[in-house]
Amino acid sequence: MEEAGETKKIMYVNRKAPYGTIYALEALEVVLIGAAFEQDVYMMFLDDGVFQLKKEQDTKALGVKNFSPTYRALEMYDVEKIYVEKESMEVRGLTADDLIIPVEVKSNEEVTKMMTEMDVLLNF
Amino acid sequence: MLHTVNKSPFDRNSLERCMRTCDKGSAILLIEDGVYGGIKGSVIEDKVKGAMKDVKIYALEADLDSRGIKGRVIDGIQLVDYNGFVDLTVEYDKVQSWL
Repeated sequence: MEEAGETKKIMYVNRKAPYGTIYALEALEVVLIGAAFEQDVYMMFLDDGVFQLKKEQDTKALGVKNFSPTYRALEMYDVEKIYVEKESMEVRGLTADDLIIPVEVKSNEEVTKMMTEMDVLLNF
Repeated sequence: MLHTVNKSPFDRNSLERCMRTCDKGSAILLIEDGVYGGIKGSVIEDKVKGAMKDVKIYALEADLDSRGIKGRVIDGIQLVDYNGFVDLTVEYDKVQSWL
């Protein structure tokens, strides 16, 4: 066995709203590219990052690409560990029903625990 | 005066600063990530409603649409398109952009 075959727990921490900055789209691209490396991928949505998953995004009038349907494709790339912090949704008046894909809702305390269990944390 | 706010109120304090500082009779236009300030059920909804007693609040429709929150806007916030944005800049003598 080569050492290169080692699988790491990687968490992508998403904390920015879509469209206002490029972070959300960049994170999604990195996750999709990274999926080819067969790592143990976790996607965490905190703070304004929860807005990335809001249903009913329609960018026609804004004139930029609506990348929200791409979150639905994550499953096909075996990215199935997707988490949203409960407190972040509550502050913003959102519930899991407002989101474009099914997620696991975690408390801040659970987020802390998950982060400590990761090998690598990548922030966007 | 017309005040524009383009940052999320959950990430920056620009909307709260704007609401605290703007003069009676002025208008606030929420654009870009600033439109999140107009969402119903959030922790700042009451502050926004309070500000609406003294100032008119507008939100740019294209930015609400793209973020999927057009159906969730606080009652009383008026939606404007890009032409409406231009009209507001003409209607008010000055523009203060809270970046």
